[in-house]
Amino acid sequence: MDEPMMLDANAVAGELAELFGFEMTATVHRCAHCGNVGQMGTLLAWTQGPGITLRCCICRDVVVRIVRTPTRTLIDVSGAAYMEIRTA
Amino acid sequence: MPEPLAWQISTVTAIRVETAEVTSFTLELPSWRPHRAGQHYDVRLTAADGYQAQRSYSIASPPSRSGEVDLTIEKIADGEVSPYFHDTVAVGDKVEVRGPIGGYFVWEPAFGGPLLLVAGGSGVVPLMAMLRERASADPRPPAVLLYSSRNFDDVIYRDELAALAAADTGLRVIQTLTRSQPAGWTGYDRRIDRPMLSEAIAAAGPAPLVYICGPTLLVEAAANGLVELGVPPAQVRTERFGPTS
Amino acid sequence: MTDRFVSRGFVGRAREAGDGAGRVPPGQYLTEGFPVLSAGPTPQVPLDSWEFTITGLVKAPMRWSWQEFTALPSRDWLVDISCVTKWTKLDTSWHGVSLDDLLGAVEIEPRARFVTAHSYGGYTTNLPLTDLLNNQAFVAWQYDGSPLEPAHGGPARLVVPHLYLWKSAKWVRGLQLREEDEPGFWESLGYHNRGDPWREERYSGD
Repeated sequence: MDEPMMLDANAVAGELAELFGFEMTATVHRCAHCGNVGQMGTLLAWTQGPGITLRCCICRDVVVRIVRTPTRTLIDVSGAAYMEIRTA
Repeated sequence: MPEPLAWQISTVTAIRVETAEVTSFTLELPSWRPHRAGQHYDVRLTAADGYQAQRSYSIASPPSRSGEVDLTIEKIADGEVSPYFHDTVAVGDKVEVRGPIGGYFVWEPAFGGPLLLVAGGSGVVPLMAMLRERASADPRPPAVLLYSSRNFDDVIYRDELAALAAADTGLRVIQTLTRSQPAGWTGYDRRIDRPMLSEAIAAAGPAPLVYICGPTLLVEAAANGLVELGVPPAQVRTERFGPTS
Repeated sequence: MTDRFVSRGFVGRAREAGDGAGRVPPGQYLTEGFPVLSAGPTPQVPLDSWEFTITGLVKAPMRWSWQEFTALPSRDWLVDISCVTKWTKLDTSWHGVSLDDLLGAVEIEPRARFVTAHSYGGYTTNLPLTDLLNNQAFVAWQYDGSPLEPAHGGPARLVVPHLYLWKSAKWVRGLQLREEDEPGFWESLGYHNRGDPWREERYSGD
């Protein structure tokens, strides 16, 4: 039943790129809750709400939350123990 | 490394009806940059009072066509953006877009294969970009497209897929029509299930790169099914289309 | 200053601002549908394990099973609801138990001033205790005459119609009474601690 609401992080790839300054879905992260390591593109996305919630595809716990107000954007990445961005 | 992503105003230069509910739009982009098969553009519509609606549409055209992209858009009955495209947009209109976007659900020839592509409805669009890209690749990895549609007339790119498969023994298209089938239909006639996925895996060959795109429920079922049949989860990439458009 | 780009002929979803004879809060538009918004998977809660609790600054915590909960004195409610994402729906009909009856079943310590609502699935939201009293809030298990669908918060959800709908915690499992206000899921990331639509208290600092 929740399945129709659920997308993957591809759906917010544009938002993530805009916020972080570069393409994020291929960025590797480690889930702070279960330790799963994977690309951010694998995160499950709930985009219909007061904000965007990205959850671990393994444990379903929250990895990233994004709220956009008219004047600022708040990002909570405390659910990601780290993100690894390739520079070369 | 950082790639600034900015909105730009594109111009519609061509409109091509694919099926009753699906139409492709060619957008000429002032700041075009080469994309990768599987990527998408974000489209943003603005009403006179400032109200905005935004959706993502997969790029259907291969990167070899510079300066423009094709977006294939399905009309969703109670949608907000897709009806605008189908009912209002005309050649010459301007559309605000941002892209190309996506680093996870992409394929390029350097990735190799074999390719196992699973599509539900308009989920075939990014996979078609991959097949179009693959058609001019050398070497060309084997590829299988397992494609679920409702009816014969809903099959997007039907003729082009038939032509590609006829000209290339390395490409196999397995189709299923879930609602109605024409007389003489030799394909499947039900939702994607284990036997179909098994056939697709067998046809693809060992260690395929898997890309699944379509409605969330179909994507879930196909991904779970393939993993249960032994495909390593890390080799399976998914793009779920939501219910809204 | 450059003119903003406008998409020729684009109108968007029907949105009537302020057409509810004063019933539509500022910045909202009316909707006929009932959009489903969520931050996560829909919890599946079997009724035989469902429970509702009141904990925190109460003399003794209280717990009801589904049987006990739905046997409490309950009534119909007809209310307008407003979501912070700008849609308002008028005349929604629910059935459930008043927060006055639920909170009346416990002895609340005098220093309790705030409530955190907890939901199955982990969602939380916070609000002042006074916003839950005097017939302002209820826990509903029916919507529009039928059992509340999981997508809309079933088996039971909190409904606080005079505040933005993110305060009306879906899949509610209990209330925790506190002395200090503890920002919940959205409040901890920029949303308002109270959320009065008539004052457009959408974000913290509004």
